[in-house]
Amino acid sequence: MSDFLLELRSEEIPARMQAGARAELEKLFRREMDAAGVTAGEITVWSTPRRLALIARGLPEATEAVSEELKGPPVGAPDQAIEGFCRKAGVDKGALETRDVKGRATYFAVKNVPGRATKDLLAEAIPAIIRDFSWPKSMRWGAASISTESLRWVRPLSGIVALLGDDVVECEVHGVTSGSVTLGHRFHHSGDITIGNADDYAMKLRAGHVIVDHEERQDLIRSGAAKVASEAGLKLVEDEGLVIENAGLTEWPVPLLGRFEEDFLEVPPETIQLTARVNQKYFVCEDEAGELANAFICTANIEAEDGGARVVDGNRKVLAARLSDARFFWEVDRKKTLAEHAKGLERITFHEKLGTVADKVERVAKLAEWLASEGIVPNCDPKLARQAAELCKADLVTEMVGEFPELQGLMGGYYARAEGLPDPVADAIRDHYKPVGQGDQVPTAPLTVAVSLADKLDTLAAFFAIDEKPTGSKDPFALRRAALGVLRLVLNNSIRTNLSDVLGAAKTGAITSMMFAQVRAVNKDAYEALERVGVDLEDDATFDLEEQALDKGMGPIMADAEQKMAGDLGLLDFFADRLKVQQREAGVRHDLIDAVFALGGEDDLVRLLARVKALQSFMDTEDGANLLAGYKRAANILKKEDWHGAEGEIARTGEEDPLSQVDDPDMRAVVEAKMAERHAKELSYEAEPAEKALMDALAKSEPAASQAIEAEDFSGAMAALAALRAPIDRFFDEVTVNAEEENKRAHRLDLLAAFRAAVHKVADFSRIEG
Amino acid sequence: MDRNPQKSFQDMILALHDFWSANGCLILQPYDMRMGAGTFHTATTLRALGPEPWNAAFVQPCRRPTDGRYGENPNRLQHYYQYQVILKPSPANIQDLYLESLRVIGIDPLKHDIRFVEDDWESPTLGAWGLGWEVWCDGMEVTQFTYFQQMGGFDCKPVAGELTYGLERLAMYIQGVDNVYDLDFNGQGVTYGDVFLENEKQMSKWNFEVAETDALFDLFNKAEAECRNALEHNVPIAAYEQAVEASHIFNLLQARGVISVQERASYMGRVRDLARGSCEAHMEKEAPVWAEKYPEWSK
Repeated sequence: MSDFLLELRSEEIPARMQAGARAELEKLFRREMDAAGVTAGEITVWSTPRRLALIARGLPEATEAVSEELKGPPVGAPDQAIEGFCRKAGVDKGALETRDVKGRATYFAVKNVPGRATKDLLAEAIPAIIRDFSWPKSMRWGAASISTESLRWVRPLSGIVALLGDDVVECEVHGVTSGSVTLGHRFHHSGDITIGNADDYAMKLRAGHVIVDHEERQDLIRSGAAKVASEAGLKLVEDEGLVIENAGLTEWPVPLLGRFEEDFLEVPPETIQLTARVNQKYFVCEDEAGELANAFICTANIEAEDGGARVVDGNRKVLAARLSDARFFWEVDRKKTLAEHAKGLERITFHEKLGTVADKVERVAKLAEWLASEGIVPNCDPKLARQAAELCKADLVTEMVGEFPELQGLMGGYYARAEGLPDPVADAIRDHYKPVGQGDQVPTAPLTVAVSLADKLDTLAAFFAIDEKPTGSKDPFALRRAALGVLRLVLNNSIRTNLSDVLGAAKTGAITSMMFAQVRAVNKDAYEALERVGVDLEDDATFDLEEQALDKGMGPIMADAEQKMAGDLGLLDFFADRLKVQQREAGVRHDLIDAVFALGGEDDLVRLLARVKALQSFMDTEDGANLLAGYKRAANILKKEDWHGAEGEIARTGEEDPLSQVDDPDMRAVVEAKMAERHAKELSYEAEPAEKALMDALAKSEPAASQAIEAEDFSGAMAALAALRAPIDRFFDEVTVNAEEENKRAHRLDLLAAFRAAVHKVADFSRIEG
Repeated sequence: MDRNPQKSFQDMILALHDFWSANGCLILQPYDMRMGAGTFHTATTLRALGPEPWNAAFVQPCRRPTDGRYGENPNRLQHYYQYQVILKPSPANIQDLYLESLRVIGIDPLKHDIRFVEDDWESPTLGAWGLGWEVWCDGMEVTQFTYFQQMGGFDCKPVAGELTYGLERLAMYIQGVDNVYDLDFNGQGVTYGDVFLENEKQMSKWNFEVAETDALFDLFNKAEAECRNALEHNVPIAAYEQAVEASHIFNLLQARGVISVQERASYMGRVRDLARGSCEAHMEKEAPVWAEKYPEWSK
């Protein structure tokens, strides 16, 4: 048994790629060893900016010889088949053996694969690993790159250390030959370092000022940064991303604390933190009160002779220049009000088919105002909702957000407060992008909820209107995230509304914008005419313009808009899918959501989910499971008999009087006659006890379930259904549905149809799995 | 006479010249046209194409009209210098050479924290891209280090290494000066401000306020037409000059704020077509000679 060490040394590997590269190295090594039949034991992978390393413990000295048998065609098979088999197996025809298989003489190829020295296998594996290595971005370099076939690596590959035990595994890849020699720290160590074996590798590198274990470097940065902060009487603001990035940028990390001028603290702390983190990869600190302190922590890659004073001073200057920029933006931006900034949005295209960001803002404002005035978002002042929405994107054209797009929203909030707008408006501007990710907090302030909902609903309706729907893994406009945001806003805040109404409102605005943008693109005159008249798609007068528009070649655009107004753009289905995905994580069964959705007409998400949850609890009970079994049996019989009893079908409408649904007087007469006939049949024989029991149970349960649903007492509705379980079970046990007498059979099938209809009061059980 | 790159801007440049000259580079002079970056110099773009070895170093004055600040910002200039080194094929010790050049101008990597931080380079205008780093000295970006992979839409065969030093930044760092105009230009008290402050004030004003925009639009169109004319007559170097010209005129129009966001993309596309067309023509013209001299090379 020997340990194997592989080090691939290169010029600086981007920090963000190192974790992936370690995984790739291990994966490819395992692949090669599996293919060669070598059992790899414990494998360790490390990375620094300048090297990837792998240590595999306990490799055997050689693989064992194996004998493989391959069954071929029977003796006497066509020559072609036999030759094909020989080719596949890699043996000569003369070497084939003949065996008896179930009485037939059959060819067999027997291959004896001799054992091979692991060292030889590794010498083949290393070039294969390097050649097959997949980097997010790779490059060619040097004289060999005169051909595009030359080796590709993330940056030039400069050396290979490959040792099995104490011996070099000799190999060569595109002019780079393996050996036992590597280099230490770029500045702290000069000359070669000769590695003896896997055991002394990390130690020898450490002596060369390289900590090869990335986790150790991460620990050093974590604890070192915390230490220098506490020595300065401050608390480190932890940032795991920065820890990993700095560990990927250093071989000998030395956290150093520096100070910046206190005056800069007048700038919003987020901008300072972001400047420090994004541009300079610095940590920041807080004082005892939890306020941002005028300190930064950089991670040097050297132990400087002067203890780092020069390094800190240099970094301080760079940060000061960056913070001067931030302060400059902060001052310049506040010279205009947000309303003034918002005018600049007219120059920014939101999407070529949808007009400018200013157009979008107007749609959002209208929608937010409507959500407030309709009381859909309760306790929300419509005027303030409009104001907050009108200003919510204004910060996009400020200098600060131009420099740091991540600060969108946040800066708008700061600027709103600075110009004295009411806090709820500033909060709404600040938070209207939320919730962004899974873990992001969901706004609860009514004004924020209104603007956030309006923004997301508009985005969805707008992109669906121009057929930019997400497909597969492609979702360039983050529409799935927007829909999820809407769901979370609605559910977390228990907003009671019909989704289709809200989507309808969003859709109208979006389609109007789409039509405007397209008309403008095709014919400026027509656009100006439309703009003069003003367009309201819900107003018939708008389409009086159609005649004129047709003359100007606008016909297809108007027709497209009109047609899209007629449907829901596929948004409801999209939301249903998103809801299922979202609820799956919360443990809610998607088939139950389907079962409630399938009834149609239910798009109050809060109510829908309450119903689904009650249904789920019910399905977990014995009554629920048995009722489902009874339902499936009934449904199967009805399907088999192709039974569409009028009573059952009509009952599904859920109306007290089935005839109330029938408008056509002739039809009414037919149905009346049919009903009379049925009632006559009902009375034409004496029901069996189990049959009677089911009829009685249905007579009670059906209205009880309806009433409970009406009152949104979903567990009550489930209890009403539960009462059907025993009677339906008994019915199946004791009653023959397919009675010889036609009147009995018809009545019993109707009874099952009525049972099915009663169950459908709660959910479409045919959608339920299990 | 001893050079003192730590006290004198010009000595720093001369020290770099000495260093790269001693390491096999031709020391070229700036290209005599207005351009946004040293990469536009034909010694970089056109020479990055084809198989012939090419090692050169030069200073290139760069014009970035929108970066003008009327001489009032301590870091931003509409005219500044880049020091360009182009090494083709990229030598195996290119990083060591580069670090040695820093020592020559007074940056000791045991006192200052030198880091290679991922930064890939792309110029859509030139149809060019490469992988590399920005080199940090104590957190400040002092050099762009790129391995060219494509130029003018063609694979670089072989790959050239390009080093672009920001000279003013480096000098400010080395001299310990916070304002670019306070740099000592000659080590004898003449400052960068003495040489360039008035230039910055006037040129900022011209770039932002004065330049006649109709004339600029006209110049852009004329450069575009002349580029095509040159291409028709198979003089791609002349065509490339017109692409450089068009690129700068476009930058001036941007500074005058007369190009809308939508138009911007279209203008950039026009410049790109010129630059790529010129590179392509250059390639076509030279390819037979290159292929004959370097049988292992192919377009």
